Amino acid sequence: MEKFLTVNSDKCTGCRLCELVCSVMHEGVSNPAKSRIQVVKWEDEGRYIPMICQQCEDAPCQSVCPVGAISRDKEFGFLKVDYDVCIGCRLCVSICPFGAMNYNKTTRKVFKCDLCGGDPQCVRFCEANAIEFVTADVVSSLKKREGATRQSAASKQSLVIWEHV
Amino acid sequence: MALDRKIAYIDLSTGKTEIKPIPLEVRKKFIGGRGLDAYLLYNNAPEGCDPLSPENPLIVSGGFLTATCASATARTHFMAKSPLTGLLGSANMGGFFAPELAWAGFHHLVITGKAEKPIYLWIHNGQIEIRDAAKLWGRTTTDTQWAIRDELGDQEVKSAVIGQAGENLVRYANVMTGIKNAGGRTGMGCVMGSKNLKAIATRGTMDIKIAHPLEALEFNKKFIEQITTAKVNKTQGTLGTPFIWGATNSWGGIRTRNFQFNQMENADEIEPEAIDDIATKTIGPHHMTGCFGCQVHCRAQYKIPSGPYAGKYGEGPEYTSLGAFGGEPDCKSAETVLTGNHLVNQYGVDNLEIGSIISWAMELYELGIITNKETDGLELRFGNDEALLEMVHRICTRKGWLGDVLAEGGIPAAQKIGKNSFDYLIQVKGMSNLHSDERGTPALALNVATASRGSDHLRSRPAIDLYHLPESVLRKIYGSPVPYDGPLSSDHMEYIGKAWEVFWQENCYMAVDCLGICKYHTVFLGATLPNFEDWPKAIYYNTGLEFTPKEIWDVAERCNNIERLFNLREGLTRNDLVKGDTLNHRYFDEPCRRGAPDIIGAKIDRDKFKIMVDEFYKHHGWDNDGVPTAETLKRLGLDKEPTHLL
Repeated sequence: MEKFLTVNSDKCTGCRLCELVCSVMHEGVSNPAKSRIQVVKWEDEGRYIPMICQQCEDAPCQSVCPVGAISRDKEFGFLKVDYDVCIGCRLCVSICPFGAMNYNKTTRKVFKCDLCGGDPQCVRFCEANAIEFVTADVVSSLKKREGATRQSAASKQSLVIWEHV
Repeated sequence: MALDRKIAYIDLSTGKTEIKPIPLEVRKKFIGGRGLDAYLLYNNAPEGCDPLSPENPLIVSGGFLTATCASATARTHFMAKSPLTGLLGSANMGGFFAPELAWAGFHHLVITGKAEKPIYLWIHNGQIEIRDAAKLWGRTTTDTQWAIRDELGDQEVKSAVIGQAGENLVRYANVMTGIKNAGGRTGMGCVMGSKNLKAIATRGTMDIKIAHPLEALEFNKKFIEQITTAKVNKTQGTLGTPFIWGATNSWGGIRTRNFQFNQMENADEIEPEAIDDIATKTIGPHHMTGCFGCQVHCRAQYKIPSGPYAGKYGEGPEYTSLGAFGGEPDCKSAETVLTGNHLVNQYGVDNLEIGSIISWAMELYELGIITNKETDGLELRFGNDEALLEMVHRICTRKGWLGDVLAEGGIPAAQKIGKNSFDYLIQVKGMSNLHSDERGTPALALNVATASRGSDHLRSRPAIDLYHLPESVLRKIYGSPVPYDGPLSSDHMEYIGKAWEVFWQENCYMAVDCLGICKYHTVFLGATLPNFEDWPKAIYYNTGLEFTPKEIWDVAERCNNIERLFNLREGLTRNDLVKGDTLNHRYFDEPCRRGAPDIIGAKIDRDKFKIMVDEFYKHHGWDNDGVPTAETLKRLGLDKEPTHLL
């Protein structure tokens, strides 16, 4: 089954090492503006959310592309841009709901996450495990447990309240 | 390339800016960061200048490796002549400011002059603008940062700002970025205030080309593993720096009630685990955050649980806030510590200095040296939480006689208060000591007495001296990159060989400050962390520049000597109780009264201490007065300073 990047923003410490290693890996430079992943922050509350391409099944970037430059990689399942076909119209940048399609002002080309060819560096460097490279069934079973834990806590809480009424 | 980053000279009086490259020759000699700042200060500050005058240059920098693919290189450094000490002013902070400055194209800023009205600097992609700050003046450190972002329409802007304390020229006002990252010591925020400079805002999207990107990535991975697998950093990553406070207090190394005791009793509510509990309850299980690119994440997030500031979001409290608002004033409530931490971060004032000064005033009050007349009726007793927090407000706003006097710093305050108040002031070179009690640790006492920016633990503290490491391990660490075959001792109560440890650490810390690396990533709290042998690789892979470990040591020694030359020029003399390498008499006269059996009764031996200072000078190649000899200056290439290389 195809693996994808899943973010647990609660665990993110906001250090942005993922942005650094991503730009070094892909561009040979340190520059978060050229990173495929970016951490959006609300510093006054201490909330940090890494934003990254979700490799959508029905991908808006792919649908909107007027020349069909975006296709799915057969081996790893990520969406990739064929630069020989791309005309640089940036419709994909505008339409992506996650802001995960980016534009490189130097090369004047769009760019996006390619899962580092199967070994995403953002995952490799994140010691907090805020971002993981897993298959969808692993994520859904984890989410089930988390959701159930919350429900269980809530029902226990309501029992306590009921006893006090 | 890191080597492409520029230096900018900004004159606020004329509004002129000049941008220059940093020559390779300068990199080889001083590398960057604090070391190059020291060179720039020595070359640009007129001898004997008033720290609050337009002539005093404020130098701001990132490290040489900042924002390269070397982790935990986020440090920003500030340097100027200190308005608190009249000697070397230097402060270092983490966060995200220095990397952003590097992406904006700059490594060093030299800011002189004084703006006619409040302004802020806007530095973005090679451009420098001076902008009006009328709307920002009077605002807190965080309000200022968010307002700048709104004005510039970019939420990614990073700013180094002052709060009301800096505006009011509190002599130990700091510079802040984010919620709690502080360039805390020696009053660099006061220098900004004196220049009408409310903030430096920066945003950059310029490439920093990595010389050998894949090698840099792999080396960084190894580097991070070396750092995060150290036990001390695992604990830092869970409990933050308060864990050091807890451990030290259990042993008896936390000065309490100014300097009356060396351990705080009944500290349950502010033990690191208790603080961690508050963070967990108010934020959640994942409440640790970090600086740019750092995997240690030693900073806790919390909300104040109760009291007038209940619900306010804050970060920390660090080790220093536990001392400043816990041990020293002997206030035992977590609410007070967290509130004090919040207030200093909002006002922009050094937590360490303000806590020490207030606890000094508390001792003076209990001794009757100051009375209700001076305090305007405030019962300034130890353990009076309300009085402690009230004094924070008064100092930062210079309210009342005592608030105004204490805002001037310890030495001027002691002169105004008079009587024998100076005898109780725990300071070196005019700057208050950390809340740690060094009477049982001669090596640490030597560090405090000789630190170049006044009393300080982050200049040369051999903290691993407390671990009783076998001599063979000590020899491995302290015998490289320059050979040392003199004595070394695993006993923390010993005086022999400690001068070399302090000398070695001084060079080690200078090296990381030049590179922009955090001290938790070198031999400070952990003996296995990277040092001289590891940095040449990080420098080479990231910048292409080649250094040997010995060459980095030489740079560090050179930069430490430049700092020494500056201090000597501005009046440092060895035995001066105000501007010397000395300690308060209580270190020698009053034995420790609490703690573990080994520390009860401990005090510093005057004669042995003097010999230790002699040895320390000798290792440096300084004479008995602490002045570098002509031979030393020649060896380090400093015999013709000032040389104005850039």
